[in-house]
Amino acid sequence: MTPTVTAALGTAAALDNAQQQSEGVWHASWRRFKTDRVGFFSLWVVLFFIAMILLSAVGLVGKNWQDEVGVPNAPPTFMGPKPPQAVGVIEAPKGPNVDLSDIDPLAPRYKEWEERAKQFQTTETVKSETLPLGGDRLGRDVLSKTIKGTEISVFVGVMAALAATTIGVVLGAFGGFFGGKIGDLLEWVYNVFESIPNILLIFAFAAVVGRGVESVVIILALTGWTGMYRQVRAEFIKHSSREYVRSAEAIGASPLSRIFKHILPNVSHVVLVRMGLLVVGFIKAEVILSYLGLGVRVDQVSWGTMLAEAQSELLLGHWWQLAAATLFMAVFVTAFSLMADALRDALDPKLRGLE
Amino acid sequence: MAAYLIRRLWQMIPTLAGVVLLVFFLFKYFGGDPAEVLGGLNASADQIKAIRQTLGLDEPVWYQLWIFVKQIVTFDWGKSWATNEAVSNLFATRLPATLTVMIPILILDVVLALPIAMWVAYRRGSLTDRSLMVVTTVALSISFLVYVIVGQYVFGFQLGWFPVQGWSDSLWTNLAVYTPLPVLLAVMVGLAPQTRLYRSFFLDELGQDYVRTARAKGMTEGTVLYRHVLRNAMIPILTNIGLQLPGIFVGSFLIEVFFSIPGLGREVLLAVNRSDFPVIQAVTIYLALLTMVINLLTDLAYKLADPRVVLK
Repeated sequence: MTPTVTAALGTAAALDNAQQQSEGVWHASWRRFKTDRVGFFSLWVVLFFIAMILLSAVGLVGKNWQDEVGVPNAPPTFMGPKPPQAVGVIEAPKGPNVDLSDIDPLAPRYKEWEERAKQFQTTETVKSETLPLGGDRLGRDVLSKTIKGTEISVFVGVMAALAATTIGVVLGAFGGFFGGKIGDLLEWVYNVFESIPNILLIFAFAAVVGRGVESVVIILALTGWTGMYRQVRAEFIKHSSREYVRSAEAIGASPLSRIFKHILPNVSHVVLVRMGLLVVGFIKAEVILSYLGLGVRVDQVSWGTMLAEAQSELLLGHWWQLAAATLFMAVFVTAFSLMADALRDALDPKLRGLE
Repeated sequence: MAAYLIRRLWQMIPTLAGVVLLVFFLFKYFGGDPAEVLGGLNASADQIKAIRQTLGLDEPVWYQLWIFVKQIVTFDWGKSWATNEAVSNLFATRLPATLTVMIPILILDVVLALPIAMWVAYRRGSLTDRSLMVVTTVALSISFLVYVIVGQYVFGFQLGWFPVQGWSDSLWTNLAVYTPLPVLLAVMVGLAPQTRLYRSFFLDELGQDYVRTARAKGMTEGTVLYRHVLRNAMIPILTNIGLQLPGIFVGSFLIEVFFSIPGLGREVLLAVNRSDFPVIQAVTIYLALLTMVINLLTDLAYKLADPRVVLK
């Protein structure tokens, strides 16, 4: 072997070595993600919300949102109630009252009634005059209500996105990978769902499925999978003829293993980005469905039911429930969208700055 | 062209059949018993039986499907279960109100969003561009409900510039008095996402070689933008408008609910709340058909906008 060839082999080996040590796609993405300051900050905001939702789910905060802790429509303040002002108060008469016992026919029984009243315990509940974020029309604490509402709205959005993603990925993978008859059949189903305007499809499903958190998740998932299907299908068509898939086939990998073990990890970034968009869309849809009374049940609270209550409260000048629900939703959805944008840029640098 | 049209119309049939099957089986197997919905809580067994017989519910499934298809083809859906109004009459009386509100919204959305998008795309990366992107991101994260609740309260109730809600029989009164506030609010909300979308279309085109060539030839920026870039960006813009067109027939049901506009969207929502199946089924199927026709028309419009497009 001539020295040149050895040298060449040496470089090749060095290259090979370097490639083995090169960072994985997730590491590289994470590194890119961290450089995006807006996206990174958004991630922290989203994590804060997730921590709050977990605390609320295990019952540490917002558990007693249905308790009427304040006076109805308690105004929002951190300062506590204003001191009572002494204007126009009629002074209570001092000294003993006029004794009427000789002419009062009920007088002999007062003692007996007092005895009987003592058998029952009455507790005086003190309702606070003000609450940090105010109270609603029944005097429930808007802060706990909003936290509980956040839990349900975000839960619905995430669960529906997970379900829609599962449907879309499985159908898209089969359609794109196998093509042929299965592909045509799935394309037909897709065309049927796409030809009905989305909101009508949601209404039609809502008419038959019923109410409640689970129903909303089912409705949104069954109507919202089409975009994911389309994109995953396109990716699978592209990937299924690539060399790495064909070599997997050559060493005897079954179709299912090629779909889920070989191709799926390679398109997972597309799925993840699309899922982020779905979460945001579904949260907004849940809010509207709940507002219309097609969403969560009456004994549950979500941003949508809060907005529905807030509408009539606003007319009386009680703006705080509207403000609280809007603020929580705006902060969460903005942070989540920015995080999803940053995630897309990090996972797929080719797309950076397109939008 | 004729061959293309015929093939496209032919291809619609399986999709339409799918929509019919989906709606039929959705309501048949998940929608509960229509006889119980119609009969109410106090219906006797005999009454339920009678209703089942009139609706043909005792017949085999394939025969019920046949009845369903016959209803679709003859436009004869019978009467609404809730109000006893003929479904066809319901369409005829509710659609004009929806269109009165939705057509101005669609036109204003396009007419306003295009120039703004063009302007921010042209000045890409500038402070205006970036701040507009931030504003639209935040604006998009607030629910449509909030805009309508607050807008109705501020403009209608507090300032009294517009009536809070209402509707009249005269088209001109409606256009002059009752539609401005809903249209204003809907356009305000729709503008942010539309602007973002159109901006990305323009950005795609602004980087192309022909833009540089046009500038090198000494054309004014106005000509470059409006004669070249706009024309080339027409296809995605038309696609987007085509996607929105079916929506104007069912309307923004939220707008109709908030402003008490007797339109089709509000009627569908009422039908969902009252389990009024014929109304929902009819609207869904005809809207699906309409969507397919509009998709076809959009494809034909591509040819008009861009002679390079070959319809095949």
